[in-house]
Formats: sequence, C-alpha cells, structure tokens
Amino acid sequence: MSFDFSILVLAIPFFMFLFLGLVGVKMGKKITGVVGTIAMGVTLFICYSIAFTYFFGTDQGQISAEGVRQSVLAYDWNWLTFTDKLVVKLGILLDPISAMMLIVISTISFLVHLFSLGYMSDEYGKPEKGFQRYYSFLALFTFSMLGLVVATNIFQMFIFFEMVGVSSYLLIGFYYTSPAAIHASKKAFIVTRLADLFFLVGIMILSYYTDTFDFNALMASPESALSSAHGQTFMGCSVMAWALTFIFIGGAGKSAMYPLHIWLPDAMEGPTPVSALIHAATMVVAGVFLVARLFPLYVLEQGSMNIVLVVGAFTALYAAAIACVQSDIKRALAFSTISQIAYMMTALAVSSAPGVGEEGGLGYMASMFHLFTHAMFKALLFLCAGAIIHAVHSNENSHMHGLHKFMPITSIAFLIGCLAIAGIPPFAGFFSKDEILVACYEKSPLWGVWMAIVAGMTAFYMFRIYYLIFHWKKHEVKEGHHAPHDMQWTMTLPLIILAVISCVAGFIPFGKYVTADGQALHTHTNWPVAISSVCIALVGIGLATKMYFKENDLPSKLKSKFNGLWTAAYNRFYMDELYQFITHKVIFQKVCKPIAWFDRHVIDGTMNLLADMTTSASFAIRKMQSGSIQSYVLYYFLGAIMLAAVTMVIVLI
Amino acid sequence: MYLIPSLIMFGCGVFGFITRKNMIAILISLELMLNSVDINFVVFNRFLYPDQLNGMFFALFAIAIAAAETAVAIAIIINVYRVAKKVDISEITKLKF
Amino acid sequence: MDSVGNLIIYAIAAIAIIAFSILAVTTKKILRSATYLLFTLLATAVIYFQMDYEFLGAVQIAVYAGGIVVLFVFAIMLTHKPGKDAEPLSSHKKWLGVGAAFAGAAVCAGALFSYGKFCCAKLLPGSGFDIKEIGSALLDTDKFGYLLPFEAISILLLACIIGGVVIARRR
Repeated sequence: MSFDFSILVLAIPFFMFLFLGLVGVKMGKKITGVVGTIAMGVTLFICYSIAFTYFFGTDQGQISAEGVRQSVLAYDWNWLTFTDKLVVKLGILLDPISAMMLIVISTISFLVHLFSLGYMSDEYGKPEKGFQRYYSFLALFTFSMLGLVVATNIFQMFIFFEMVGVSSYLLIGFYYTSPAAIHASKKAFIVTRLADLFFLVGIMILSYYTDTFDFNALMASPESALSSAHGQTFMGCSVMAWALTFIFIGGAGKSAMYPLHIWLPDAMEGPTPVSALIHAATMVVAGVFLVARLFPLYVLEQGSMNIVLVVGAFTALYAAAIACVQSDIKRALAFSTISQIAYMMTALAVSSAPGVGEEGGLGYMASMFHLFTHAMFKALLFLCAGAIIHAVHSNENSHMHGLHKFMPITSIAFLIGCLAIAGIPPFAGFFSKDEILVACYEKSPLWGVWMAIVAGMTAFYMFRIYYLIFHWKKHEVKEGHHAPHDMQWTMTLPLIILAVISCVAGFIPFGKYVTADGQALHTHTNWPVAISSVCIALVGIGLATKMYFKENDLPSKLKSKFNGLWTAAYNRFYMDELYQFITHKVIFQKVCKPIAWFDRHVIDGTMNLLADMTTSASFAIRKMQSGSIQSYVLYYFLGAIMLAAVTMVIVLI
Repeated sequence: MYLIPSLIMFGCGVFGFITRKNMIAILISLELMLNSVDINFVVFNRFLYPDQLNGMFFALFAIAIAAAETAVAIAIIINVYRVAKKVDISEITKLKF
Repeated sequence: MDSVGNLIIYAIAAIAIIAFSILAVTTKKILRSATYLLFTLLATAVIYFQMDYEFLGAVQIAVYAGGIVVLFVFAIMLTHKPGKDAEPLSSHKKWLGVGAAFAGAAVCAGALFSYGKFCCAKLLPGSGFDIKEIGSALLDTDKFGYLLPFEAISILLLACIIGGVVIARRR
C-alpha cells in the first residue's frame, strides 16, 4: 500500500459529509447511519494500512541510514501564493505523530459511529430526529480532524483548526431546542475562536520572520527559524517567543487549558458519543498536537516552554480538584479530560531537546504516548457514561448508584477505564503516566511531586465516580421506568474493543516509533518512580473505596468540614462567574456600551442626517415634478436662456 | 434684419407652448418655433456662405422631420381624444401615477 | 437691399410673420389659430423666395401649407365642436409665458445686436441654384452630398407612416 491512498483518508469523510447531509433525508435514518459507519470503517482500514506502512514498511525510504524516521510528504499542492516565498500549500504530511493520530482518530471515530447507532435511538431502536444531520456532522468532524493532523503547513493546520471548531460547535448544539446546548455551543465557539485569534497572530508573526509556513522547512533548521527574528524584541521578550506563546494560546483554547477551559464542561451538553469523540479523545488534544508539531521550535525557546509548563501543571491540579466534587458524571469526566490533557502539555514542556542529557526527548515521547492511551481509555469512559446515561436518562450520579448488577459489561468496562487512567499496571495509563512522571522528575523534583499528586487525585476522583455510579447503594428503579440493562451490541462492542485496547496499549513499544527526532528511544522502567506512582494511585483508590464504596456519611462529614473549599470546587472555583463578570460588567458595560452609543448616535446619526436631508430636499422639490410638459419646457427654456446669457456675457467681456 | 421676424416668431412659439392648454395649439406653437429656426438656417447660409447649400438642406430636412413629427403627434392626439374625449393637456392626467 | 421693391416685399412679409405669429398663439379659436399659422408659413415662404431659394420656398408651401396645416385642420375638425372658444388663460400662466418669451427674445436680440452688422448687411447677389444642382447634391456622396441624411429621413418618414397608422388605428 503506497501513500498515494492517503488522500482517500480525507476524501471519504468529506464525501460522506456531503452525501449524508444532502441525500440522508431521502435515504432514511437507519441506512444513513449504517452507510456512515461503513464509510468510516473503510477510512479506518485505510488509516491503519497507511500507519502500518509508515511504521513497518521499509521500501519507502522512511528510515534513513542513520536510523532516523523520515517524514513523508504524500501530497503538496500550492493553494495561495502571497509572495514568491510565502505560499500556502495544501497537502498531506506523514510523520510519526500524524500517523499515530490517524490511528487514534479513525479508531475512536469509527467506534463512535458504531456506538451512536444505538445511542442516538430510543429504547425501541427508533432513531432520533436529526439522525442524518448527526452523522453528516460526525463525518465533517472526522474530515477536519484528519486534515488537521496531516497538515503540511501551519496555515493548513489553522484552516482545519477552525473547521474542527465549527464541527464541534455544530455537534454541541445538536439538540438545538435546548437553551443550555445553544449556550454551550456558543460558548465553545467563542472561547476557541478567541484563542484562534491569538493562534492566527502567532502564525503571522512566525511566517513573517521565517518566510515560510511549511513544517518541514521550519523543522529542518529550527535554529535558523528562530534566529531569523534575531534582535527583534517586544516588551522585553523576543518576537519568536511571543509568536510561540500566541500559538500556544491557540492550542490552549482548543485543549481547554486554564483559563480558557470554561467551554469544555459546558460542551457536555452535546450527545455523549460526541463528547467521547471530540471533547475527550481527538479535538481537545489538537492543542497538544500543535505544540508537539512545533516542538523543535518550542524546545529552543525556553520562555514559551515555561509558560506551557506552568499553565499545564496548574491546569492539571486545578481540574483534578474540581473533578473530585462534581456530581454530573459527564462534567466530572470533562474535568478529568482537562486534567489529563494538561498532563500531556506538561510532559511536552518538561521535555528537553532530543539528545540532550540522558532522557532527552522522553517527555515528548511520553506525551504522545499518553495522548494515545488517554484517547482510548477516555473514549471508553465516555462511551460507558453514554451507555449509562442512555439507560437511566440522567447525568446526575444521584440517579444512578448501584448499577453494577444491572449493567455488568458496562461496569467492568468502566472499571478498566478507571484503572487505566489511575495508572495501575498493567493497564495502558500506567506506562504512559509513568514516563511522564519520569520526565517531570528529570526536569525538577518539584514538578515530579506535583504531577504525582495529580495522579493520586486522578485515581481518587475516577474511583469516586465509579463507586457512585455502580455501587454506593442499591439502585432504585423509578416508577414507570424499566430497569436499566446493558445495551445492544452496537453499543457494547465499542466498549469491549476499547477496554481491550486500554488493557494492552501500554505494551506497545512506543518509544521505538514516536519520538521527537525520529530516532528510536529506548525507555527503561524507572522503578522508584513507578512504584511510588502506583502507591499514590493505590492510596487514592483506597481513599475512594473507603468513602464511596458503601453508603456512609463520611463524604458529607468531610463536606461540611471543608465547606468553603467544597463549594468553591463544586462551582469550579467561580471561573465562570469571573468570566461573566468580566464580559458583562467590564467589557459590555464599560467598553461596548460607549462604543454602541457612539455607533448609534454619531455614526448612525450622520447617516440618518444625510438620509433626512435627502428626504426633505426631495419633498421640497417634489412639486416641481408635476408631470406637466409645459412647466418642464418652461424650466428647460429658462435654463437654456441662462446658459446662453452666461455664454454671451463671457464672450462679450 | 431677416432674423428679427424669426426671433419674434420664436418668442411667440415659446409663449404659446407654455400657455396654451389645447394640444393642437401647442403643436401649432411648436411649428412656429421650428419654422423660425428654419429661417435662421437659411438666412445664415445666404449671408455667410452664399455659394453653398448646407443651411438650405438643413432647413429642408427640418421641414421633412417637422412633417413627420406633426403626423405622429396628430395621430397620438386623435387617439387620446378617442379615449378621453378631451384635448386639454391639463385634463388628461390618466397616465400620471 | 438693392431695390425698394425688395424692401417693400420684405417689410410686408416681416410684418405678416410678426402679426400672424402673435395672432396664432393668442387667438381663442383654434381653427383661426391654424389659419394664422398658414399665413405665417406663407410669409416665410416669401422670405425664402426673396433670398433666391425657390426650391425651399416651394417645399415650404407644399409641405407646410399644403400638408401640415391641412393635417391640423383635419385634426381640429375631428376633435373640436365648431364655434367653441378655448378657455381663457390664467393670468399667472400668461405672465409666466410672456416673461419666458421676452427673456428668450431679449437674450437672442442682445446676441443679434451685439453683432450689429447682420442687421443691415447687404444681401449679396445670389448665384442662383437650379433645381438640377439641388437634386444631384441630394443624391451625392461627396463632401457636399446629402445621400445619407436623405435616406435617413426617408426611413424616418416610413417609420412615421407606420407609427401613425399603428397609433391611430381603431382597436
């Protein structure tokens, strides 16, 4: 299989978007879903074969003589030519991280397509309203996300960045009759848009000084790219540091880093499979992917890297703290996602340049590894949550409790997901998280301890969610509702597949394939770190078991004891209120109101004055247009005489 | 001195065109104006370029056009009269919006 | 003015033009107005004759006096009851018309008298054009040939005939 087929990876989802969107209404709901899923399956197959060829093929020259894995430029078309050097291209770039992302995206997307067949139907298997629209948007999202990861240049990446934003907006607002969903979609769109503005500014600065958008050109000599703006400073920092920071802000918006995280919890208003696909596994890691893509630049610009580090580490702890008290299971999972993505960011930020020191580039590899495993087990958790929500028709864990007996498969799959995220060997999360912790200790013990604490909190809140859903007390079946049960095969099969992946993904020798410089990185288990992290995780799990396994009053006691902290965390440390205050009280009142006044009174007033003058003038001269030919002749004649008189006077004088 | 009657004739044409209400009278005034212009052409031709015929031909064509124009105008007037039974332009206001 | 006879003829023609023009636009009876127009046109023809443009004078009499005025008379007969006077003019409108006419006349007269030599210029002895010359000029394509306007006028006349028929046709 050659890389020429890689264009199909983009073409099929895009075609399906158009096809399902336009023809879906005629086709009927069931068929639309099945066709969409089959097409996604084909895409999955192609993605796998491309990735397989890329990682294991030898005849394409991907691995150079020195053992460095080359990136492959499968397609590259000129699209817009600004100047001779500054050309926007569209194309497909395959390198270790994009090949890995192809696997992640196509897998999750396919499973979500499959899962949605069941989820988007009611109990009797009848598809919901807007089923075709849903599948069409899913295809659009898959197309944009795949286009994002294979982007050959930063501008193409930006285009697809926007497109995933749009499809995320469309899918969050899928239930457009509910005001909460509309607000959530608007919020997501505006916040990410704001971040993308910074991204665009960053791109402009970067390309202005380096004269190129191409990743290959930037990566080939990151030092010269950075030094192209040598000596240019702005507010005490070099221009390149600003550019990279701005680009990071763009990524932070998509990846829900503090303080741009506020949209992600609200985005849970969308259908749960969408949350699994977009807001857990793929789109939210776009920011991480972006930083990883530009890693050679970031690693040389330590100022920007430190910002990434601080933001990432803080977000990890902050989101984990909030996740400990949320009662809505999807929101709790959302905060867990934020925390884990922050983990990846931190891992990238603590990574040093490949070849520097003993473990150079380990953080990069660990981050990508964690991205991969996290996508799998977080999608698993979300899909489980989807199955549960579909069964009990509620997001609140107070409506669940004790579901283990009713939904055994879901329960086991959820447990596997929790173990994976908590970092218990031999599940996937252990390996990736362990390497992140090693990389953090490498950077500084402070960050190592910090991230270990976050890991402990992760274990605690995940098991809290698990116990509150599946144990705690006996489930009460409400009047008029039938008892919850495991779902049909379209919904359970994805859970089982993801659970299996979560079990075994950790054993993939990731360092051999995905590294910062393309050379194989041999990892070895750092036993003290591994053991301590497992211990911390076990402590977290034990604590959760103590508090939440059986119904008791320990949680409420703790709650009343730390009431202030609990309330603050439950209300997400009042970040949303702060945003509300800033936008409404400060920006709207103090900035927008005067501008609106100016617009309404001065600018509109000028225009209205012109219009009024025209109106009154035309009313004044309306009488002259009498329709009487004779008066017209009179005016004409007088005018002619006047001209003649003037001419005469000029000629005579 | 040939221009003086032409001038007065033109003034009469203007006056008639502006003041009369009858459409045929207006047309008559128009003929007066055209005629005065014809005289001017001929006079200037005769006084300035006695051995050429430009002005005379101009007058000739003007007469032909005047005849054509009058024919069409009278056709219109008769048609209007047939519809409205009037020839006063102040009373024919049906086409006004 | 080479001879007193010419001068007298000119004076008669000029006075006739002035008088009948004024009468044509001021008279109350529309049929009289048409008749005065006829006299004015005839007087104009006299002036053409006097300037040795016999052909033009003949055309003037034939087309104007013989054609157009007859058309007017027919139209008047078709649209007017005999013996009915036109309504008196409103004084406001009358003064407006008088003002406009006098203003125009004043400007033109000013222009005329500022080139005062025209007023008393001698009429040069005309070389006299025979009808043959005019005919060949009308159908000539040289510098002083008038074939193109001639044809254009003929097409215009054709269009007017058709237009007149179409407009006046009873539906």
